[in-house]
Amino acid sequence: MSVPILVMKNITKEFPGVKALDNVSFQVEREKIHCLVGENGAGKSTLMKVLSGVHPYGSYEGEIYYEGELRNFKNTHDSEIAGIAVIYQELALVPEMTVYENVFLGHEIHNGISININETIKQTIQVLEKVGLDVNPTARVKDLGFGKQQLVEIAKSLSRNTKLLILDEPTSALSETDSENLLNLLRELRKEGVTSILISHKLKEVISIADKVTILRDGESVVTLDGHNGEVNEDILIKHMVGRSIENIYPSREHKISDEIIFEVRDWNAYDPNRGRVILKDMSLDLRKGEIVGITGLVGSGRTELALSMFGNPDGYRITGQMFLHGHPVEFNNPKKAIDAGVAYVAEDRKADGLILIQDVKENITLANLGRISKGGVIDENVEIKDAREYTKSLDIRTPSIEQKVVNLSGGNQQKVSLAKWLYVEPEIMIMDEPTRGIDVGAKYEIFLIMNRLVEEGMSIIMISSELPEILGMCDRVYVVSSGRITGELPIETANQEEIMRLATD
Amino acid sequence: MTFFEEFWQLLKKNIRDYGMYIALFVIMAFFTIATDGIFMSSRNISNLLNQMGYIAVLAIGMTLVLVIQHIDLSVGYLAGFLGAIAAITLTAWDLPVWLVIIMVLILGVIAGLATSLMVVKFGIPSFVATLAGWLIYRGALLQATLRTGTIIIPNDSFNAIGNGYIPDLPLPDFLPELHKLTLLLGVAAAVLIVFSEISSRKKKIAYDFDVPSNNIFIIKLIFTVALIGAITYILAGYNGLSWTAVIVLVVTLVYHFLTTRTFLGRHIYAVGGNSEAAELSGISVNKITYVVFGSMGMLAALSGILFASRLQSATTTAGQLFEMDAIAAAYVGGVSSAGGVGKVTGSLIGAIVMMSLSNGMNLMGIDISTQYIVRGVVLVLAVVFDVATRKQGK
Repeated sequence: MSVPILVMKNITKEFPGVKALDNVSFQVEREKIHCLVGENGAGKSTLMKVLSGVHPYGSYEGEIYYEGELRNFKNTHDSEIAGIAVIYQELALVPEMTVYENVFLGHEIHNGISININETIKQTIQVLEKVGLDVNPTARVKDLGFGKQQLVEIAKSLSRNTKLLILDEPTSALSETDSENLLNLLRELRKEGVTSILISHKLKEVISIADKVTILRDGESVVTLDGHNGEVNEDILIKHMVGRSIENIYPSREHKISDEIIFEVRDWNAYDPNRGRVILKDMSLDLRKGEIVGITGLVGSGRTELALSMFGNPDGYRITGQMFLHGHPVEFNNPKKAIDAGVAYVAEDRKADGLILIQDVKENITLANLGRISKGGVIDENVEIKDAREYTKSLDIRTPSIEQKVVNLSGGNQQKVSLAKWLYVEPEIMIMDEPTRGIDVGAKYEIFLIMNRLVEEGMSIIMISSELPEILGMCDRVYVVSSGRITGELPIETANQEEIMRLATD
Repeated sequence: MTFFEEFWQLLKKNIRDYGMYIALFVIMAFFTIATDGIFMSSRNISNLLNQMGYIAVLAIGMTLVLVIQHIDLSVGYLAGFLGAIAAITLTAWDLPVWLVIIMVLILGVIAGLATSLMVVKFGIPSFVATLAGWLIYRGALLQATLRTGTIIIPNDSFNAIGNGYIPDLPLPDFLPELHKLTLLLGVAAAVLIVFSEISSRKKKIAYDFDVPSNNIFIIKLIFTVALIGAITYILAGYNGLSWTAVIVLVVTLVYHFLTTRTFLGRHIYAVGGNSEAAELSGISVNKITYVVFGSMGMLAALSGILFASRLQSATTTAGQLFEMDAIAAAYVGGVSSAGGVGKVTGSLIGAIVMMSLSNGMNLMGIDISTQYIVRGVVLVLAVVFDVATRKQGK
């Protein structure tokens, strides 16, 4: 057996107040796909940051052997030269630059001081072929979809002779087809001698692709399993990840759906002047009291646009159609009107659109309903602290204090803060856009429990999600969206993944 | 936890807030020693406060502009231009002082709204929009003073704003060396602060929240009272509280209250921290932009009034580089260049720090060229300290 490409020995990394990694050992064989799973905060990303030099040599304890040699990476440049590339969830591309400029950014092909554009484009075409991406190298990155941007990023790392490719939750923002393509690409690269480390929350994906799986929990490596002898299945992974087994990922609830239609949209059309095209066409949907209605579809099908257009239209689409609340026609010119009418929107991208990261838990929770804690525009701090503590407790937000800045919380807890903020406005209708994106199994389960509690208390939820199992597990009814149209409405009893995928690609 | 442990922890936790006060203290102590006490004399401190008034109000307005991730370069010449308008309406039109002040303040608000209209409606970056304003108001100032050059303002009540002091109590025999009304106001302020602190502590205890221990609380009160006492005593030793100081104090208190205790303040910081999230939380980012630039315009007008009144005239170069001083004061005072963070009280301290440096170095007879370099270094040091302590906070 050849020397493992990577051996990390007894890695310990401490941050002020927390031990992020505690004596972790991690070994990756050559030309394998090695998955790294664990709950948020388990230390996966930290481990990869130690490897890539984001946390430089000296800031951690332990040893890293790469290709059999002890290596001390002082920065990401060192590890890049050694052939290690990391692809983060937030892509490191320059949107205004072209594909070829991005691919060769930082190691431009040049004659003297001038860049050899023709040669660059030629090599870009070669490397794009490798990743199976069919775009014009002179296209601007900002004009590509997210899935294609990710492939550009991978192309970028391949252009540097990468031997070890690390992907941090690459598929969390991708549709099913794009995810499948990406996984196939990793299999292709494996044949060509590239080793991959894949961090993922999607267990099905892990099971389908992994040669090896290492599970981290609370900063310790729990176990490494072999992906080929049948010992890896969802139950085992979850058991190791959370340290207990979860009987059912989707908790059951008492269905208390009344016949009363609380919210309805009819003949809904929207035109986006920024993109210069129609984004929503003749959409009609309704929502009953106590119901969870799912909206699913591929990325770019118009799900988020639909949600925003109903929630006060902050992006300034031109809209025609009618919206009814309790049977009365309503019109929301801005998010404030929607909020005042009892509609809440839990944003898809909680960091960009949901939370004020540099503010603390308390200020985030009360932000959308300051009226509740103030008289004549003056905030009563004491009531604010009391309320924030109540909501923190009832949603089990794990934070040292309500004065903690949200940026320091884990993804699952950030999502709970985002939820708490919208529960604080006491809405009747909650639109939740990808409520479990990028959060771990345990936190997902808790979010589902909260959703169940809310609908049992009489709230109605529109749940937007691209995770089909989640839609099937949680919703009472599901609408499928494709290219800005509703292509189907299925009661949950008759819905299945194949039928939904057929409608979504209609 | 022992008293010292608690004290040390509080200090560590709030080093960002206290750092600036400590720096100010060090600077003042240094100049006091270097000038044999002249720096700390009643007359000099009183002077210093009057000199920094027109920058301090700008810095307070600029704080909010920087917090919402914009900038306003036009305020210096806007202040100069509006000062000239005040001078013209007072002299050529013979309008009463109160009317002139109200009118100029309203003009300031309109100018601020015009700037934000460019930013909000046409999407012009504030840097560019206000750079245009910088040019326009500079030209407007030159035109306003074109025929006459410097416009002398022969109006005593207007000039009192920048040069006058509050009247004293009519008790000539009691404490003849000191300004009695100033002392009285100082005592009143101290009593007010002590009572409000005690009542706020009682409320927190009633809610069953954690509060600092009794000892720490008492020390903090004693320290605050001693500080107010010292400032009051120093000012009472000369002519007492100046009208400029009163105005700066009122503006600071109002803005401090608005930013820390109200809806509006919370919304401003939310927009600065993440405007998308703020918009989706039902906050109108556009409205906040109008309010912040409107307030900036009004404070620019106030700055123009203070400056014209102090010089008792409107000059062709009035307002030159005020915007840079205000921006520097705000950054020294802890405003984050990434937006979303910054206190008006911090910016006031920042303005005092910068003015103390000029004043102290003037007293020491240090050349103006060196002064600029020293102030530049202090600006950089302040921001480095700010960035370093912010990282530590994580």
